[in-house]
Amino acid sequence: MQARTGFVSSPHAARVNSVDWVMLQVCLALVPGTLALVWFFGWGVLIQMALAVVFAVAAEAAVLKLRGRPVLPAIRDYSAVVTALLFALTIPPTLPWWLTLLGILFAIVIVKQLYGGIGYNPFNPAMAGYVFLLISYPVATTTWLPPAVPELLQAQDLTTLSFLDSVRLIFTGVLPAEHTWDAVSAATPLDEMRTKLDQGMTIDEIRASSPLWGDFGGRGWEWVANWFLLGGLYMLWRKVITWHIPVAFLGGLLITAGAFWLLDPQTHPFPAFHLFSGAAILGAFFIATDPVSAATTKRGQLIYGFAIGAMVFVIRTWGGYPDAVAFSVLLLNIAAPMIDHYTQPRVFGQKRSAKAG
Amino acid sequence: MLFSVLHPHRERLWHFHGGVHLPDEKHLSNAGPSVAAPLPAQLVVPLQQHIGAPSQPLVSVGDRVLRGQPLARPQGYVSAPVHAPSSGTVAAIEPRQIPHPSGLSAPCVVIDTDGEDAWAELPPPLPDFEQLDPADLRERIRQSGIVGMGGASFPSSVKLNPGPDQPIHTLVINGAECEPYITCDDLLMRERAADIVDGIRVMLHILGAERCLVGIEDNKPEAIAAMREAAQQLSGQGGGQAGRQAGRAQQIRVVEIPTLYPSGGEKQLIKILTGKEVPSHGIPAQIGIVCQNVGTACAVADAVLRGRPLIERYVTVTGRAVSEPRNYRVRIGMPAADLVAASGGCTGDLEKLVVGGPMMGFRIDTDAVPITKAANCILALTPAESPDPGAPQPCIRCGRCAEVCPANLLPQQLYWHARAKDLDKVQDYNLFDCIECGCCAVVCPSHIPLVQYYRYAKTESWAREREKRAAEHARERHAAKEARLERLEREKKAKLRKKKAAVAPKGGKDDDKQAAIKAARERAAAKKQAAQGESATAAGKPAPGRAEPAPGRTEPAPGRAEPAPGRAEPAPGRAEPPPGAAEPAAAGPAAAKGKVAAPDGKPPGAPEDAQIASRAAEQQGAQGAVPKPVPDDARRAVDEAAAAGADTSPGRPEQPFVRGTDQPPDQAAAQASGQTDQQTAQQPSGAGTDEERPRATAGRG
Repeated sequence: MQARTGFVSSPHAARVNSVDWVMLQVCLALVPGTLALVWFFGWGVLIQMALAVVFAVAAEAAVLKLRGRPVLPAIRDYSAVVTALLFALTIPPTLPWWLTLLGILFAIVIVKQLYGGIGYNPFNPAMAGYVFLLISYPVATTTWLPPAVPELLQAQDLTTLSFLDSVRLIFTGVLPAEHTWDAVSAATPLDEMRTKLDQGMTIDEIRASSPLWGDFGGRGWEWVANWFLLGGLYMLWRKVITWHIPVAFLGGLLITAGAFWLLDPQTHPFPAFHLFSGAAILGAFFIATDPVSAATTKRGQLIYGFAIGAMVFVIRTWGGYPDAVAFSVLLLNIAAPMIDHYTQPRVFGQKRSAKAG
Repeated sequence: MLFSVLHPHRERLWHFHGGVHLPDEKHLSNAGPSVAAPLPAQLVVPLQQHIGAPSQPLVSVGDRVLRGQPLARPQGYVSAPVHAPSSGTVAAIEPRQIPHPSGLSAPCVVIDTDGEDAWAELPPPLPDFEQLDPADLRERIRQSGIVGMGGASFPSSVKLNPGPDQPIHTLVINGAECEPYITCDDLLMRERAADIVDGIRVMLHILGAERCLVGIEDNKPEAIAAMREAAQQLSGQGGGQAGRQAGRAQQIRVVEIPTLYPSGGEKQLIKILTGKEVPSHGIPAQIGIVCQNVGTACAVADAVLRGRPLIERYVTVTGRAVSEPRNYRVRIGMPAADLVAASGGCTGDLEKLVVGGPMMGFRIDTDAVPITKAANCILALTPAESPDPGAPQPCIRCGRCAEVCPANLLPQQLYWHARAKDLDKVQDYNLFDCIECGCCAVVCPSHIPLVQYYRYAKTESWAREREKRAAEHARERHAAKEARLERLEREKKAKLRKKKAAVAPKGGKDDDKQAAIKAARERAAAKKQAAQGESATAAGKPAPGRAEPAPGRTEPAPGRAEPAPGRAEPAPGRAEPPPGAAEPAAAGPAAAKGKVAAPDGKPPGAPEDAQIASRAAEQQGAQGAVPKPVPDDARRAVDEAAAAGADTSPGRPEQPFVRGTDQPPDQAAAQASGQTDQQTAQQPSGAGTDEERPRATAGRG
C-alpha cells in the first residue's frame, strides 16, 4: 500500500495560523475606531479608505506583475489592504484624491515592494507614505475637520460636510459655495495645544479658552481613541498582537509626559492628554505593532515600544510637528534590527542570554 | 513559598518557555483496552534499533530460533542486542526497508514464524534485585536489548550508568505523552502500572537515586489514577521489606502536569517537575537527573523480574484514515502493513502514513516496514488532518515562532540564516539547541517549513564539521609524514656511514665488490627516481608497490582529503599499532623473493654477492646494494624487494627508531594522527544519522 505523497517534513499537523487570517483580524479590529471617525469627521473617512484600498491593491498587483511574482497569493494576504486602511485613517478626510494616490504609491511601490514585498520592508509602509505626504504637502495633510460635536460646532460657527460635498471636495478640490475653508476646518487638539503653549499660555488658560477640550484630549478625538483602544484589545484577545509593544509605547509616553507634567503642570499638559490625542492609541496598537518593521524579541519589543512612546512626547513637545507617531515609528523601525540583536533571550539550558556575533 | 501556602496539596510545578496547545486527538485510540496484535507470518527484525554501534548477528539463515533468543549481540558500549520476537526459522539476513525518514534499508533478520511461539531458555528472574550489584542489573538490562522507548532509542543500560562522578538524586519517568494522537503510553500506564512501578524500583536501585517523579499530562486521568494506585499499593505491601518498600514508594511521586506540547520533551519535563534546566548541549545526569520513558520502565521490570528481553511493545495505530484506531501489543519486527490491516486497513482517504506523532514523527512512503523498539505510533492521516500548508509565504517577522519555542530560541533568525546558508550565524543563534519539536512551524502564519530548514542547517553543519576534521587530519598526517621521511633519510645516511666504516678497513680485494655495490646502488636509485615520477603522475591509483609516496599527493586538499585508511599512502597511525603485522608484510615477500631468486639464477662465483645484495635490499629498501654481475631475474627480484621495502618501510621502522631514541615526538604525532583517523572513521556512525541525533537529545512524549 502506498500513501499519497504529502509534504515531507514534520510537523504533519494542520497549521493553526495564517497571514490572511492575521490581516483580516486587524481589519476587523479597525472597525470600531473607523466608525467613530466617520461619526465625528464625516463620510470623507470612508471615501479615503475605499480609495486607498483600491489604489493599494492595484499598485501591489502591478508591481508584482512587473517583478514576475505570483500576483494572487500576495493580494490575498490582505497586507496591502491593511496598509491602505491604516494610511487612510491617518490622513485628513478631505485630502485630494491624487495625494492619497501619491501616498499609497510611495507606501506600496517604494517602501514595500521595492524592498522585496511583504516581510522585507524595513519601514512601516503606511507611516512612510504618510510622512512622505506630510513633508511634501504639509498644508493639505494637516488640514483637519472639526469633530461633529454640536456645542463645539455652534461655539466656533463651524459646519460639517455632507457625503456629496465630501466626494466633490476630494475629487475636485472645490468647496461647496456656501462654505469657506475656515468654516469646515479646525486645528486638531494637539495643534491647538502646541500653538497656545508657544504663545506663552498656561495649561489652565488654554483649557479655559476653548470648548475644544474634553476630559483628557479634545472632544470627539478622545472618543475615537477609545474605540481604537477597543479594537486593540480585540487583537490582544485574538492573540494577533502581544501586549508588549502597546503597553511599552503607552507607558513610554505616559512616563515621559508624566515626568515633565510633574515638573511643571502649567507648561506640560496632563499625561492622559497625550494618550488620548492624535494617533497615540492607533499607533500603539495598530501601527507600532506592524510585525515586519518592529522588533521581534520580547525584551526588544518593550524597548522598541517605550522608545516610540518617549519619542512621541519629545517630538510633540519640542519638535516641528504637532503629532509624532509616524516619525517615531519610522525612527525606531531603523533601530529594530539592532534592538533585536542585543535583546536575544536566554536559551534553555544556557547561563546568559546569547549574543550573536 | 507563596505557592505552597495557596495550594498546600498540590505539587509545585515549573514552566518552560513557549509550547503550544494542540487538539490532542487521543480519544480516537484510547477508548478500549490494548489488543495483542496477531502473530505475523514473517517478522523483520532490524539489527540496529538503537543509537550507537550496530549489533552483530548471531544466527544464520536456516537456523531455528526461539522466542526471546538473542539474534544479534551488541558491539561496543553504546549498543544493544536484538532478540527473536517469536519462534521460527531465519529466512534471510538481508537489507530491508526500515522505518526511517529517508526510507533507508538496513540489515534485518527475517524470521518465518512457526506459530508455536515457543520460548527460549530465559535468564533467571531476579526478584531480590535490591540485594544485587547495580552493574549486574545493568548488564541484564543491556543483554535484554532495552533502549529508550520514547522514541530516542538510546541504550538504557548506558543511560543508567552515569558514572561515579555524576551522582543521581532524581529519576524522572516520562509519561507525559504530549504528542497528539499517540496513546500507547497512556494504555501502558493503565494496564501495567504495577510493572512500571517495579521497573522504577529497579532503576532507583541501580542509580541510587533518592526519589522518582512520574510526570503525566492531565489529559490522561485514568493513567494517573492507575499509577497513583500502583505506587500506593507498593507502600501498603506487607512482609519483611515493608518498611523499606514503603520508603521506596514514598519516593515515587506521580505528578499531574498541565497538557502543553512539548511537555514530554526530556528537558522540558525535567524543567516542569524540578525547575532545573539541563545545560545546553548537556545531558540530565549533569544536574543529577536521569529521565526514562514509562515503556522503558516496564521493559526493565520484564527483564529483571521475568528475564524477558524486549521483544514486544505497545503501539498506537490511529488517525482518521484507519477504520479501527486502537492500541496493540506488538512483537518487534511485525510489518506495519499487518498492523494497519489488523486495524481494518486504511480508508481510501489516506494522505500520509507517519511513524510517531504528527509533530515529530516522520512520513513513510510505504507500510512495508517493521515495527521497531522506538516505533510508538503508526499514524494514518487524512487530507483534512494533515492539510498541505501550500507554498510558504514570506516571513512577516511576527515572532509567533519565538513565543512558542520551548528552547527559547529565535526561530525566525535561524530561518533567515539557514536560508542564506550562513552556517556560522545559525550556530551563533544556537541552532543546536533546537529540539525540532515543530511548534514554530505549526504556528507560523506564513506556513514556512521551519523545522526542515533547521534540519538542513544541522546536516550541513555536521558535514562541514566532518570536512574540517578530515582536512585537519590530512594536514597532521602530512606533517607527520614529512618528519618521518626526513628522519628516514637521516637514518639511512647514518647506516651507510657505519657500513662504510665497517667495510673500509678490509680494503684490497673488496674494492671491486665495493665498486659493484656502488654501481648497483646508483642503478637502484635511478630506478627509484623513475618509479617516484611515475607514481607522482598516476596519483589517484592505489599502487601498492609504488616506491615512495610522492609528497605532493598528500597535500591536504581541504574539503576533499578523506581519511581513507586503506589507501596506498600508508597512514602512520594505522600501520603502527601492530608492528608485527606490518613487518612480515613488508619484509616477508622481499626476503622470500630474494632468497629464492638469488640462488636460483646466480652465475658461478657470485653467490655471496647476491645474498649480500638481497639482505641489503631487505634492510635498506631502495638503497639496497646490488652486485654488478647479477643476471636479469635475480636483479629484478632484488629490485622488487627494494621497491617493496621502500614502500612498506614507513610503517615498519617506527619501532626500531623510536626505541633507538632520538624521535619520540614523531611517534606521538603518529599516534595522534592515528587517533584522529579512528575518530574520523567512527564519526558518522557515532553521530547517528542526521535524523536520529536530535531525537536523542529531544526525546519524545
